[in-house]
Amino acid sequence: MQEIFGRIKKRAAELFADGTVTRMVGWQKGESDYDKTPAVFGPDMKGFVYDGFCGANLSKYLINLSKVEGRTLVLLKPCDSYSFNQLLTEHRIDRDKVYAIGIDCNGKLDINKIRALGVKGIRSVAEEGDEVVLDTVYGSKRVKRSEVLLDRCYCCKGKDHVAGDEFILAEKRVDTTTTDRFELVKKLEAMTPDERYEFWRGELSRCIRCNACRNVCPACSCVKCVFDNPALGTDSKANSDTFEENMFHIIRAFHVAGRCTDCGECSRVCPQHIPLHLLNRKFIRDIDELYGEYQAGAEVGQRGPLTDFAKNDAEPGATPDKGGKK
Amino acid sequence: MMYKIRTERLPELFALAAADKALYLPVEQGGQVEFRPWSEGAAVRFDALNTVRSAKDLFFPQTENLVAFRTEGKKISIIENADTGAPFGLMGVRSCDAKSFEILDRVFLAEPADTYYKARRENGTVVTLACHEPEETCFCAALGIDAAESADGDAASWIRDGWFYLKPVTAKGEASVETVRPLLTECDGADDAAVEAEKKDIGAVIGQLPFSKLDLSRFRGENMLEIFNDPRWKELSAACLGCGTCTYVCPTCQCYDIKDFKTGDGIQRFRTWDSCMYSDFTKMSAGQPRLTQVERFRQRFMHKLVYYPMNNDGLYSCVGCGRCLRKCPISMNIVKVAKTLGGEQNDEQ
Repeated sequence: MQEIFGRIKKRAAELFADGTVTRMVGWQKGESDYDKTPAVFGPDMKGFVYDGFCGANLSKYLINLSKVEGRTLVLLKPCDSYSFNQLLTEHRIDRDKVYAIGIDCNGKLDINKIRALGVKGIRSVAEEGDEVVLDTVYGSKRVKRSEVLLDRCYCCKGKDHVAGDEFILAEKRVDTTTTDRFELVKKLEAMTPDERYEFWRGELSRCIRCNACRNVCPACSCVKCVFDNPALGTDSKANSDTFEENMFHIIRAFHVAGRCTDCGECSRVCPQHIPLHLLNRKFIRDIDELYGEYQAGAEVGQRGPLTDFAKNDAEPGATPDKGGKK
Repeated sequence: MMYKIRTERLPELFALAAADKALYLPVEQGGQVEFRPWSEGAAVRFDALNTVRSAKDLFFPQTENLVAFRTEGKKISIIENADTGAPFGLMGVRSCDAKSFEILDRVFLAEPADTYYKARRENGTVVTLACHEPEETCFCAALGIDAAESADGDAASWIRDGWFYLKPVTAKGEASVETVRPLLTECDGADDAAVEAEKKDIGAVIGQLPFSKLDLSRFRGENMLEIFNDPRWKELSAACLGCGTCTYVCPTCQCYDIKDFKTGDGIQRFRTWDSCMYSDFTKMSAGQPRLTQVERFRQRFMHKLVYYPMNNDGLYSCVGCGRCLRKCPISMNIVKVAKTLGGEQNDEQ
């Protein structure tokens, strides 16, 4: 990754120098080795880094950056490029205001998984090939990279970008996929309704309504969210009861159905580690079954199955007597 | 007097204490540790340093009913349905969370006292627990808080070499310890030495933590305007998502909203946590006074580091628990803010 980082920095400097871009959105080094913050950089690129802890998807920042003068350089990992396309399809990003470099990704690290292995008091974290080397106040430890990746990296969408003006890639591409992304969805489908209800109650009851999932979600780009509107009576600052705990997430999942690219940011940022992406994946799987396989963000301008109309569309759910499949 | 019990016998102690009054402890459920009421077989995690939500929940819950109104024809009746509960015990509270109660007290107990909060404070008996293995996100030392022995709470506790040591500090603490007294052994000189050794070990770890020497001295009243007008708030807040994670996991965040919920034949008035990060925070007829995320973000840190101490004898409204360091989706937090705006004395740390 060090080599890739060097190449990105060199290329970005050229793009700043020749006036192609006026700013860059990337990741900034933190106070520790693992707490990288998305940031907007000028030509000096002070504090810019790219490594295993740059998991944050930068696409959504382009909504606001599209509204300011000048062109923004954005760095897109392969999975981020799907969100980028989807935002373009929804006319939320001005393509002319963006210069996109597709960058290499060998899977991003999850500090929570590292901590779950009992690692405490981290002084430094270094990536050495397939291993992560941790120096802590309680001693040092080496863990396999493959054990501590973000959930989404175990079902990677692939190493190829679906958007980008140019690409900076490693010679040897690493595939981190180990599981079928619908594996857990299938497990949930196999449960009885009561078991499934129990599962989701257990997960969603931890929700604190911080709205991190919504605010990070590239598909949640409404100027004014219905849940922020005090005039409508639907605003909510807290989970006052179990109905809300359930319904907020279910409503949100419905709203992004067909537009969710499965970037996994919702689950990455959840302070309670609720596997929110499973709700989205259930919808993706249903859409795939009912309307044929569909990947949101695969290309710009695609018609989503739920926003398109075809005479032979399935009529699922409430009207199975009209020929719905389910 | 200090007492002890083998750690493997703690479930007996919990059961006995819970028979007297509800007992809240750090309990793991669904992989996350939170303060939950003890029940037989609960996965008590005294080794988990921080719960996701802080212990403030017990005194200042995320939502609570205040009062209800019911209409029948032209008659409106008032229904008192606030739940301020019954006496309860709270064990496993870290020094940082215990200190947060003082910070909240200064807000809620100032006259006119918040009766809901006050009732819960009076109902609660707090047993603190020394931090056996502090982590790198801890910076309580920078706030003058001792992870090895809390100065707050009704009783203090330590765990070392398979023993749980318990020392009542207040009369309330004495009374609670009395309820589990049959299970406890009185400590002798060797036990005192073990607890002292534990404190010393904790102190040594604290000394090695990266943010223990964070210097907050620039954050004081006379620098208020200079800090407020600092252009760097813009870059610090640039990536802020405007979610409420930092405020909701923070032990000292105390802002709330009071709302009316239409029940069909009346109104349920409830209080709910609010977050200065939200677009409708303190919204008035003229709108929200802080129109951009830069202003909202600045408000949060100005409140913690400047306004609150100005009004409270220099006491910062932060206890260094590190929850915001671990939970912010974009890894922006009070340490980064303090280091950026806190003056050059922080550059080398």
